[in-house]
Amino acid sequence: MSYKAKFKVWRGEGGEGRLEDFTVEVNEGEVVLDIIHRLQATQAPDLAVRWNCKAGKCGSCSMEINGKPRLGCMTRMSTFSEDETITVTPMRTFPVIKDLVNDVSYNYQKAREVPSFTPPADVRPGEFRMKQVDVERSQEFRKCIECFMCNNICHVIRDHEENKPNFSGPRFLMRIAELDMHPYDVADRQETAQEEHGLGYCNITKCCTEVCPEHIKITDNALIPMKERVVDRKYDPLVWLGNKIFKRSS
Amino acid sequence: MGPREVERSAMTQTTPEAPARRQRAQVKVRTLRTDRWWLVPLVTFLGLSSFLVYGVWAIIDTSNFVEPYIAPFAAPCLTTQEVCEGARLFGWAPVGDWYALPPGLLILGLPGGFRLTCYYYRKSYYRSFWLSPAACAVQEPHGKYTGETRFPLIIQNIHRYFFYFAVVIGAILTYDAVLAVVHKPLGLGSWILVLNAVLILGYTFGCHSCRHITAGRLNHFSRHPLRYRAWTFVSKLNAKHQPLAWASMFSVMGADLYVRLVAKGIIAFPYA
Ligand code: SF4
Ligand code: SF4
Ligand code: FES
Ligand code: FES
Repeated sequence: MSYKAKFKVWRGEGGEGRLEDFTVEVNEGEVVLDIIHRLQATQAPDLAVRWNCKAGKCGSCSMEINGKPRLGCMTRMSTFSEDETITVTPMRTFPVIKDLVNDVSYNYQKAREVPSFTPPADVRPGEFRMKQVDVERSQEFRKCIECFMCNNICHVIRDHEENKPNFSGPRFLMRIAELDMHPYDVADRQETAQEEHGLGYCNITKCCTEVCPEHIKITDNALIPMKERVVDRKYDPLVWLGNKIFKRSS
Repeated sequence: MGPREVERSAMTQTTPEAPARRQRAQVKVRTLRTDRWWLVPLVTFLGLSSFLVYGVWAIIDTSNFVEPYIAPFAAPCLTTQEVCEGARLFGWAPVGDWYALPPGLLILGLPGGFRLTCYYYRKSYYRSFWLSPAACAVQEPHGKYTGETRFPLIIQNIHRYFFYFAVVIGAILTYDAVLAVVHKPLGLGSWILVLNAVLILGYTFGCHSCRHITAGRLNHFSRHPLRYRAWTFVSKLNAKHQPLAWASMFSVMGADLYVRLVAKGIIAFPYA
């Protein structure tokens, strides 16, 4: 069963561009990325789109469909009615290279700013001893496919470009939480999470959790626990006192 | 460098040579969403507002006790005022005659502060009252945004202290409910108070600060099996924190209103 769907696709280079109208065939079982490919094959051979796996695992095909960040390859056409006009735009938070392809280097920059796993100097490889429960929490965060839709939807930078230098976005605050919760990581993550990576900018409104295609509970399991750890470190007088006394007596 | 880091730096080495791109796609509308994204913030706004309005009324209203029920908004009464004769805890009235304002004012700051600084309520009022953001991918109306990095919102970080008080208040409400059941096991009000106490406890112990205190702050769960078990339980409640926040908010309003209506004689039947 096929029908003709109405599409509006953002076309342009750099920031300049506009929404272009298309009418295009849709067949049963197809996803939005299939339709974009059909446009390339039939009406717009120079339409730029980034994709790789078509299986929701590479995180390349992030785009905004009817205003919501989605993976093009995982958004079924059957979720729309046949008379609906479907609008497809590139991610709003990052600069655009061409059409649906964003320049996501903000994310790589932020990734580099998080110091990698830092085990204690006296533990040699092969000497790590951990139980499953010790690493379970961080394993949830390892499901991330780096589609960067969470960073894209986060209003801290989506609506406020000027916050970009001070805010690493949910993806990398989650990475910091992952390392901070690691039983063998000794780097100071709490102070830097707040002071350098901008954890305090997050107002826990959970849009990152809403868009994550891997259904990672970013806010509940990474950002809020990390905020609580920062409170221990910076804002809770009782914990501060307890640490003092404990250190003195030990 | 782990393999992931190596991979990343190899990937990013190309960016310095690439031309700097600063332009986002120019889309001139606030959102391209086509669903009814405004519905949830609207309903949230109305729900939270009704709670505030009811709270103000409950503070002023004086029918807060009818044997054996104590209205949750009035418990415990800390003053010597006659209006809360029955609502005292073990007849205890630490606040003397000089206090003439409504007694509810003394106590409501604690559960009020607990909810005001709760991570879930923060989300709900940042979205519905401050529109920051009203819904995901809907541009917020504010020119500047600093989140919880500075005064006054940085104060949200004291949430755990409200949690400590909330445990005490949860215990008092439970005690009041148990007393009601003991004195009037067939009273509808007794069981309304019990239901309310259960929901309040569920909400209180699902708190993110509670989750952090039980074991969230630890990195080696396996060395603390008991705390880990407590954390697992709290995590389960925590996953239901939003529904419990609403359920306990309506149950506390409902239970409070019920007791007051019985006290006023508006609800009057043998098993009321
Ligand atoms: S919860 Fe925090 S990090 Fe996630 S989208 Fe909202 S503000 Fe951004
Ligand atoms: S956390 Fe989720 S939304 Fe964010 S980059 Fe990873 S997979 Fe994408
Ligand atoms: S193409 Fe890989 S996630 Fe869509
Ligand atoms: S009560 Fe909601 S997070 Fe503490």
